[in-house]
Amino acid sequence: MLKYAPAFALGILAIPVVSGLAGTLLPAFGYLPALGGTSFSVQPFLDFFYQPGISQSITQAFLIGLIATIIALVLVAAFLAAWYGTRTFRAVQHFVSPLLAVPHAAAAFGFAFMIAPSGFLARLFSPWLTGWERPLDLLIVNDRLGLALIVGLVVKEVPFLLLVSMAALPQTQALKAVQVTQALGYGRMAGFLATLWPPVYRQIRLPIFAVIAYATANVDMSIILGPSTPETLPVRLVGWMNDPELSLRFMACAGAIVQIAVTMAALCCWLALEQIAGAIARRIFKTGVRFSRDSWLRIIASGSIITSALLIFGGLIVLAIWSVAGLWQFPDALPKSLSFRSWSQTLPSLIEPLLTTLVVGLVSVLISIAIVLACLAREQQTGNTGGNKALLLLYLPLLVPQIGFLFGLQLLTLSVGVGASWFAVIFVHVVFVLPYVFLSLSAPWRSFDKRYDAIGAALGASQARIFWRIRFPMLLRAILAAMAVGFAVSVGQYLPTLLIGAGRFATITTETVALGSGGNRRIIGIYSFVQMMLPLLGFIFAALVPALLFSKRRAIRGA
Amino acid sequence: MCAASTVLKIENVRIALAGHDLLHVDAAIKPGEVLTVMGPSGSGKSTLLAFIGGFLDPVFSASGRIFCSGNDITFERPQARRAGLLFQDPLLFPHMSVGANLLFAMPPKIKPQVKRRQEAEASLASVGLEGYFDRDPDTLSGGQKARVALARVLISQPAFLLLDEPFSKLDADRRDQMRRLVFDQAKQIGLPVLLVTHDRADAEAAGGTIIEVGITRNGQ
Amino acid sequence: MRITKNLIKYTIAFAVSSVAMSAAALADPDAKNWDAVLTEAKGQTVYWNAWGGSTQINAYIEWVGDQIAEKNGVKLVHVKLDDTANAVAAVVAEKAAGKDTGGAIDLIWINGENFASMKKQGLLFGPNWVQQQPNWQYVDYETKPTIETDFTIPTDGMESPWGMAKLVFFHDSARTAPDSMPDNVDQLLKWAELNPGRFSYPQPPDFIGSSFLKQVLIEKVADKSVLQSDAANVDFAAVTQPLFDYLDQLHPSLWRSAKAFPKDYPSMSQLLADGELDITFAFNPATASSAIKNNELPDTVRSFTFSGGTLGNTHFVAIPYNASAKAGALVLSNFLISPEAQIRKQDPNFWGDPTVLAFSKLSDNDQKMMQSLDLGIATLKPEELGPSFDEPHPSWMTMIEAEWAKRYGVAN
Repeated sequence: MLKYAPAFALGILAIPVVSGLAGTLLPAFGYLPALGGTSFSVQPFLDFFYQPGISQSITQAFLIGLIATIIALVLVAAFLAAWYGTRTFRAVQHFVSPLLAVPHAAAAFGFAFMIAPSGFLARLFSPWLTGWERPLDLLIVNDRLGLALIVGLVVKEVPFLLLVSMAALPQTQALKAVQVTQALGYGRMAGFLATLWPPVYRQIRLPIFAVIAYATANVDMSIILGPSTPETLPVRLVGWMNDPELSLRFMACAGAIVQIAVTMAALCCWLALEQIAGAIARRIFKTGVRFSRDSWLRIIASGSIITSALLIFGGLIVLAIWSVAGLWQFPDALPKSLSFRSWSQTLPSLIEPLLTTLVVGLVSVLISIAIVLACLAREQQTGNTGGNKALLLLYLPLLVPQIGFLFGLQLLTLSVGVGASWFAVIFVHVVFVLPYVFLSLSAPWRSFDKRYDAIGAALGASQARIFWRIRFPMLLRAILAAMAVGFAVSVGQYLPTLLIGAGRFATITTETVALGSGGNRRIIGIYSFVQMMLPLLGFIFAALVPALLFSKRRAIRGA
Repeated sequence: MCAASTVLKIENVRIALAGHDLLHVDAAIKPGEVLTVMGPSGSGKSTLLAFIGGFLDPVFSASGRIFCSGNDITFERPQARRAGLLFQDPLLFPHMSVGANLLFAMPPKIKPQVKRRQEAEASLASVGLEGYFDRDPDTLSGGQKARVALARVLISQPAFLLLDEPFSKLDADRRDQMRRLVFDQAKQIGLPVLLVTHDRADAEAAGGTIIEVGITRNGQ
Repeated sequence: MRITKNLIKYTIAFAVSSVAMSAAALADPDAKNWDAVLTEAKGQTVYWNAWGGSTQINAYIEWVGDQIAEKNGVKLVHVKLDDTANAVAAVVAEKAAGKDTGGAIDLIWINGENFASMKKQGLLFGPNWVQQQPNWQYVDYETKPTIETDFTIPTDGMESPWGMAKLVFFHDSARTAPDSMPDNVDQLLKWAELNPGRFSYPQPPDFIGSSFLKQVLIEKVADKSVLQSDAANVDFAAVTQPLFDYLDQLHPSLWRSAKAFPKDYPSMSQLLADGELDITFAFNPATASSAIKNNELPDTVRSFTFSGGTLGNTHFVAIPYNASAKAGALVLSNFLISPEAQIRKQDPNFWGDPTVLAFSKLSDNDQKMMQSLDLGIATLKPEELGPSFDEPHPSWMTMIEAEWAKRYGVAN
């Protein structure tokens, strides 16, 4: 049984991606008998490129994704260089880490509610400071250049990049290397970037590529923050895919192929930038310039990270306030009264999507954790981690733009008759949950002291008994944490749920994005609030269970 | 399966890593006797223990035979070899109480529950930890943990003991105390003991044969 | 996501069609013989496919279900749709699969484009069952022409009216004086130029936004009658020239200089509450009053319409040709136009949707009930709503939306 686990896991990840890509490619060239496409042609591509403003949509997707990733990475590198190993760093890290669990849609809404002309920031300073009695007529959210979307993406990806960077940092010698450079007279940041950053960067390339893939091809954040005349490419593609006019799907698939090309182009561009940046850095450090006065830069680095975290946290609080707001007119900083009317009106329609979210999330997480544990147990038997190739496969669903293979996957699941079923929806969630569960659990699993297993075996315990009585309880905290990460990922899935669920599986996230495109702030507040509470509850549960279970066992009860 | 109070025979065992021989041992250990394998770190001495215990990391290769009371156990499952393991860390299961650690190790044939508990309490008393049954292992001192680990391995009724630097993390006076406790108990029960260490004082306290390894590294 | 439904429906339909065919012989109910309809309906379950996006409307439908269960022994199941087109697609699929009886849908909340398409494809029960309903006697088909002509398509008694919709504008009287409000689209343009950034409309193809375009088209077009026929048969560019000239002139004065548009009515309403917009509009005259109740708008918001007329239409219920519970659907439809159901529907506490009945045809008691309704502070009385413009042929909307996207949906 265990023998087949790794192959099974890789199959679960690779088969949907590969067959989904094929399923997108065929209709893109006009072949989809179910919709009357029985011969091959390039007509879908011609239709696609004939759409008004399509070049603008394509350019936007490319530039917004690339620029957002660059800014996010520069911020993270600068912050690590400036503060790694200090108390400030730990404080900010604790502050920023929870943001990882905030779903993209909720973060985007919170951000929009902060920065809009009638948003919280403007209210806070009006009219006493700004003199604005009425909101300015300024296009901030949904601006045509996509600046709001870029900032939103940066703010959401910074916690992710920060966390993967920290996981890649060698803990003990790390600071010594920086201290050596400081003794040589280098500034703290320069010393860090010269010694510690290159190996860290090499290890976080795959996560960075995943960020580029998301940023160039995301739908949920683009709908909320992105330009609307025209919308970015992925948003328009989903619109066509969901259009009652079925013939538009050929064009949507052609567009999905273009989307893959856009993401690939952004990745290639990144590789080129990597070379250029590396060359420049090498040249600079050859000069021996010390960059010893970097205190102002250090303040900017921490300031921008803290600001971005504050924007999201503030946004989430504002969302929560809106959900219970009575009349709340501009420029009142707070609502005139509070009311649970919106909650009581919305609650009945919340229950069904909430249950769907919980069922899909829990089942996909349980399946994923079972597969991951089986893979790790097998890895322990063989001593073979699969290396970089396995890691690349693990990242596959995160590197290929979702649209690229989900369109095809949707058409495929329909044609084999499992479309819009619980099975299909949970399956597609597993595709995205599994990599995250694996990435979260593999490190603690691999660093588990194998001598415990040896002792268990020598004491006559069977493999199963060793697993259930020793490894499992001792790794319970890590396992539950990985499950909480997986659950958060499942809760946040928008496009897979929408497409594979064929719109019939409403989850909190699909409802949040759907209702959010309507402008009722109270309803958005309620849905976003629930959306962000779900992962949070998951993490609380993951921390609380071991603490209660092992309340008398100091070494492992955790927080 | 091998019975208690027997001979552990290590016949012509060679351990290699990536084609390089690390060590070669050929010895027999009688009941109550201690064989000490000494060598620097990286000499493969811990790997020898792993091979005998049945946990050899797949990156190593090994040849030779292990006999327990005349039975070839070279290819037995680790669970069937009945090796008693002690490492430099006590490695008590942190999620179980002290007593539960012992009960986990105790053979299932000892029944019923009341008797199991009595035996565990008695075993704790024999290492000077009377009344520690319900304690959280994490609240014990280093020396106490080491004694619980010893009690745990003895209560499992092993056929022989494999000791991997079990005293190296204890402070000097406790170390001596612990050595005596371990070797006395082993002698009393009549267990063959294989000790690997880099500390000559361990070897001298053990009082048995000493094999030095790792001196001719890469030279064979 | 219709393909899913279609494929599933196909599979199911193929599996059961042979069974269904053999049991098909049962005759359709005849609304003329109402007693027989009532008898047949008893014990039936009616699957009513209706948009489910409003908690208020869902609650009203639930009440309807309670009523007909008690009065007629008919069980109502509300199949909540996000888009009526899905229900149309389901019937199309059933027909394609040869499932001519025992269909999954018994009643559809419908109008305009969807009705036109179902009627054209022969997917509707009828004709002429609508006028046979006992409660038809109360319906105001004389002065409300949209009750028998839906987006220029004659209903032919194949869909029964349920409620009225009319384009109504809202403003906040605390910020803008009622007498400063425009009375037609030309005045609206002037007003917007004097108050830049304070007016906008939802981005087409949003339904409300497209309706605004139609309002402008109707007011600006030289010959209104041309809108009654298919847009493909006339010189579209010439007819719509005044509309796009108007928009070219209006856009620089719009909110965000027309670089972005509100997404839909709720977004637009939020902007009114925030003070970003001064004039908004909707299709349900009671919308503003219920928003005031929900604290979403200040209680100083008021309604107005254009004295020359605004776009108006009627929404209906129709029975698919292959419905399983036609008798039950007839009983339900008849109840929906009963004075009792219509008065409750007009009550803003429950929904606030204007009635399709004629006040004069009601009994004294019902008239009193109707008059005593508190329509809400921001809702115009039925007699204040002004004349209605007929909807253009459905094809106009489609073509105007496409042209709009080409001209304004892309930044220059």
